Amino acid sequence: MNVHQIVTVYLKELRDALRDRRTLISMFVVPTLVIPLIILGFGLVTAKIVRKARAETPAVMVLGGKDSPQVQAALAAHPRFRVVPAREDFRTAISNKTLRAAVELPDDFDAALAESRATTVRLYTYDGEFKSGFATSELDRFFRDYRERTIQTRLAERGLPPALVKPFDITRQNVAPPEKVGGNLIGGIIPYLVILLCFTGAMYPAMDITAGEKERGTLETLLCSPVGRTEIVLGKFLVVLTSALSTVVFAGISALVTFPLGAWLFAPEVAPVRAAAAAAAARTPMPQIDPLGFLASLAMVVPIAVLFSAGLLALSLFAKSYKEAQSYVSPLIVVIILPALAAMLPGVELTFSLSLIPILNVSLVCKELVSGVFNWAHLVLIFGSSCVYAGIAILLAVRMFNRESVLFRT
Amino acid sequence: MIVAQALTKTFQDKKRGEILAVQDVSFTCQPGQIYGLLGANGAGKTTTLRMLATLFKPTRGTATVAGLSVTERPAEVRAQVGFLAASTALYARLTARETLAYFGRLNGLPPGEIAARTQRLADDLEMHEFLDRRVDKFSTGMKQKTSIARTLIHDPAVIIFDEPTLGLDVMAARTILRFVRDCRARGKTVIYSTHIMSEVEKLCDTIGIIHGGRLLAEGTLADLRARFGETDMEEIFIKAIGATGAA
Ligand SMILES: Nc1ncnc2c1ncn2[C@@H]1O[C@H](COP(=O)(O)OP(=O)(O)O)[C@@H](O)[C@H]1O
Ligand SMILES: [Mg+2]
Repeated sequence: MNVHQIVTVYLKELRDALRDRRTLISMFVVPTLVIPLIILGFGLVTAKIVRKARAETPAVMVLGGKDSPQVQAALAAHPRFRVVPAREDFRTAISNKTLRAAVELPDDFDAALAESRATTVRLYTYDGEFKSGFATSELDRFFRDYRERTIQTRLAERGLPPALVKPFDITRQNVAPPEKVGGNLIGGIIPYLVILLCFTGAMYPAMDITAGEKERGTLETLLCSPVGRTEIVLGKFLVVLTSALSTVVFAGISALVTFPLGAWLFAPEVAPVRAAAAAAAARTPMPQIDPLGFLASLAMVVPIAVLFSAGLLALSLFAKSYKEAQSYVSPLIVVIILPALAAMLPGVELTFSLSLIPILNVSLVCKELVSGVFNWAHLVLIFGSSCVYAGIAILLAVRMFNRESVLFRT
Repeated sequence: MIVAQALTKTFQDKKRGEILAVQDVSFTCQPGQIYGLLGANGAGKTTTLRMLATLFKPTRGTATVAGLSVTERPAEVRAQVGFLAASTALYARLTARETLAYFGRLNGLPPGEIAARTQRLADDLEMHEFLDRRVDKFSTGMKQKTSIARTLIHDPAVIIFDEPTLGLDVMAARTILRFVRDCRARGKTVIYSTHIMSEVEKLCDTIGIIHGGRLLAEGTLADLRARFGETDMEEIFIKAIGATGAA
């Protein structure tokens, strides 16, 4: 193997690629813009939804309870919902979203409380609808408070301590790092985006310097020179890899800039939402990511970049023209998206066998990494297996390039 | 010098099955000579020349180029060969100077040598005006000159032309023919393939008529005229391929 020749081919191909607008766009422009657009767009939309939900005082209906003026008054005075006159078709109204929730008071509610008789209130809600859930939990909270106050009054009347009915408290302590809470959603999206960008970054140069060169007749010119075929394919591979890695680097830089920027831009939204942790608890517009874990996840993408570069090179070398190469490569995008998407599904966790599935394994481990979780056994296994796949892809590309039936396919 | 010994090439084709593209082709081409390979489309010219340039491995037989075996020392053979075909194109996004520098480096030339040779070739071929412009902005003539310079940048002992005038207008074709004669004058071993009768008549010292992958007749123009009793190259060609066509 002649390193000087590999470097010569590499430098020439790099210069050539940097003069190709398509490659430049996929190498620099797309990776720099995609992540800010998605993250800021996502933040903007979420912030807007949360703001709107909070601004809107939900309409609720009180059914029955004519003989219970006390609780009626308390409900009407509550600032977090608006009581509208009762109607028979409240179910339809909730379905139509003109009404968010309803509460049905039993007869004699006030009297039942006064006489310490057990009784039930019924809440009507539309499961899974964000604003209905929001209104229902406000109603729910109202009645819990109301019940709590009633208990306190009864105990006080009898001169008993509050601990009588509440022998112990239950509190929860979160052990996940704060990043993990917010990181999950975005943690699924970012590695997925980086892997996809890495693929598109490798795609154009890979097709251009193999099938494209065949089509334009420059490959034959190159093969006539004393440079070896292995040297040619390695030089070309390095250029494709450079392009793939440049998308990773540019996406990484742009993400590292976007996150603090987004946190700053949406700060006024984030704070009140955190305070009102009730319904919209997990819906912070700007989840945090662990910067170290993020960098580590970019490192995990490196063998994937090698795999993509060599694989795409081998595949498009087989094609006679750029168009033919596109028809081989385009369906492959789906193959790349599927495992990356699967990693975004909630509940898909890393196991030994999943650690061996290329692309899916890296997506999954990146999800952990951006949440600040470093599972070294998984990291080593995944990095190792990715390197093996990448190595196989390089060998395949070299073998393809040494076959004249592939180089001169008619 | 080129010595081809029973060069044979078969291709495996899914639709056509086994293709005998070249069969037992043997010939010798001396330095300072132009050997013309005359044949119709599909005769096996390109395949023969690609075996000499080590782009294809012979299925059987062998050849030596400048004393080096094409099967055993292909990289060294390529360093001795300049290959110019209608199908060998230039990189559109490089300038002429960058093109020459690239092929110079691939041939292992030091930077000073590349600069000097670029200068000399640009003088010879009158390329200075467009040396630093990108190939995709070139006229056909400029591309032609740049291709010629690319073929010669490593000063090869052997130059192989595969239908170099294909698709060129009269003026561009004449530039090529002048350049081919130039190579002979400088003592290069030249092999020239074409399907154009007049080109071999005007250009070649020895003519080989190839058809169906076989070399059917060989000799100087005078030899062939005497053997087939015809003066017109086209008549000679028809007789040559007809004679064994019946056999
Ligand atoms: N790479 C290849 N694969 C399969 N068949 C080929 C290949 N190259 C040439 N052939 C076949 O070999 C025969 C000779 O072709 P070629 O050498 O290109 O002829 P010429 O250059 O004289 O026109 C033709 O039948 C052609 O179809
Ligand atoms: Mg041909």
